[in-house]
Formats: sequence, structure tokens, C-alpha cells
Amino acid sequence: MFFRIFAIACAVILCPQMGQAQNAARELQNIYATQGTVDFSAERGGAKWGLEVQSKSGDRRSCSTCHGADLTQAGQHIKTKKHLEPMAFSVNKERYIKTKKIEKWFKRNCKWTWGRECTAQEKGDFLEYLLAQ
Amino acid sequence: MKKRSILILALIGTSVVGSVSGGEEQGFAQWMMTFSRTKEVKAVDHELYAEECGACHYAFPPGLLPIQSWKKLLDAQELEDHFGENAELDEDDLKNIQEYVYANSSEKSYHKRARKITRSIPEGEAPIRITEVKYIKRKHHELTDEMVKGNKDVNSLSNCNACHTQAEEGVFDDDTVDIPNFGKWDD
Repeated sequence: MFFRIFAIACAVILCPQMGQAQNAARELQNIYATQGTVDFSAERGGAKWGLEVQSKSGDRRSCSTCHGADLTQAGQHIKTKKHLEPMAFSVNKERYIKTKKIEKWFKRNCKWTWGRECTAQEKGDFLEYLLAQ
Repeated sequence: MKKRSILILALIGTSVVGSVSGGEEQGFAQWMMTFSRTKEVKAVDHELYAEECGACHYAFPPGLLPIQSWKKLLDAQELEDHFGENAELDEDDLKNIQEYVYANSSEKSYHKRARKITRSIPEGEAPIRITEVKYIKRKHHELTDEMVKGNKDVNSLSNCNACHTQAEEGVFDDDTVDIPNFGKWDD
């Protein structure tokens, strides 16, 4: 009897945590979905990943300018030369553990790359695309 | 005899006052006792600062710039264009980092190198680049462009830890310098 209660308690405590590693991205998508979006699409995300926008300093920037086109490979920041660990979920799950961290980098990088924040739809599509890589 | 007791009293007095007003780093009394710990620059010992700032570049010990410089750099608006990069932080994290950095800025530090940095900056000036600080400039004037800008493993003088092998510990001594593709620094 005691064992059964113990086992159930463990399961209850552990279950949400086991899923956590991949669910920060899904968690965010659920939030975006309440902000008037349509179903998220990896295809749209991928297309926008390569969309170049002219920056204020004159150069053209897209996500792949620094992260590269093959997301299973590391990238390099075009200006600072910072080494960027791969973005693909399949090789770098680390990136998808904390919602706060994902949101922080969306905010910074959307502004740096496109000169504006990304919409909920765009962020949801990007996550769909990155999770599929 | 009387003179001596006055002297002792004065010494005790200094220590007490010192330990109260010594700031964040360590009291004046401790500073007097522990010479070995007051060389160099105090290493970064703040997890959030190390994580957030260190995510993009070497996490510069706060003792490398005076508070007025840090206040310019760590302004919420300024961080949106941090030397061309967006380095925005959320309000709570920024406040936490500001508190740490301001309390450990160069003029608040008893570390020798931090004090030299403070002294080398003319009154009223607040450089936003560590590489613009007179003391730092003087210390690096022998370096050639090939060693720094033209060196693919260094790129910029701001990459302290490219050559200063113990930069993470706040140690910048000559003996610890190893320039990639050039070798150990030899005076």
C-alpha cells in the first residue's frame, strides 16, 4: 500500500519534469496560440528564417546570416564572431528548456535582424521549424 | 606611554571605521591585513552577471571601469544598442546586475589594478570602453595590429581572455599572457 502511494507520488512529481526538456517551446506556442494565430507551420518558419531585411547600418540580415542554413551545424555571429551552438532541436535540446531564455533571444534577435519584434505567429512558426530540424 | 595608547586607540578606531565604511568588497581593516588578496582585479562572483553578460563576451570584472561608466553602459535604453548589438534584459535581471556592478566598480575596489584604473581616468570622464581607459591603453601600447586586430584568434583588444589566460580569475599579470599565434608574452 505504502509502495503504491509512493510510486504514484513519484510519477506525479516526475512526469511534468521529464517532459520539460522539450516543452518550453511547446509551452510558448500554447501562449502564442491565444494571441490570434493560425496553426503554426514549419514551412512558413523556414521561409522566414532566410528572409533578409536591410538593417539601419546598411547590411542585409536574416536568421541564417549568423545561424547558418544547416541548423544542425554551429553558426558564427557575423559581427562579433561569437560561436553559436546549433539551433536544431535534434542536436541541441539545451536551447529549448527555458521559456524565459527563448523569449529573451526572440526579442533581441528579431530587433537586431529585422529591426522590430517578431509577432506571435512568426515566433510560433520559427519554433515549429526549429523543433523539426 | 600616553602617546602609545593614543596610537593604539587611533589604529583600532581606523579599523572599526574602516570595516563599517569599507563598501561591498572588504573592510579597510581586512584590506590592511591581507595584502595578497588585493592585487589584480576582483574576479566576477555573480552568477547572473556571469551568465547574462558572459553569454556574448568575456564577462568583464566590474572593477575594470568606474561606476559612471557602468551607469552609461547598463542603462536599459543603451543596452538595446550595446556596441551595435541588442543586449536587452528584463527589468528584474537588469536591476540585479546593476546593483552588483555598481557596488564593485573600480573606485569601490581595494584591488590594486582597479585602483590604478580609477586613478588614470581624468575627473569627469566616463569611458564606455575598457580599452579607452588610459591605464589599459598604456599597458597595451607595445602590441602590434598583427597581434590583435589582424590575429584571427584575438580580433579585438576587448577579448581580454584571448590572451590573458587567467582573466576569469581576474588575473592580468604579464606572466599569464599568451598571445595566440605569437606565444607567451616576454618583457
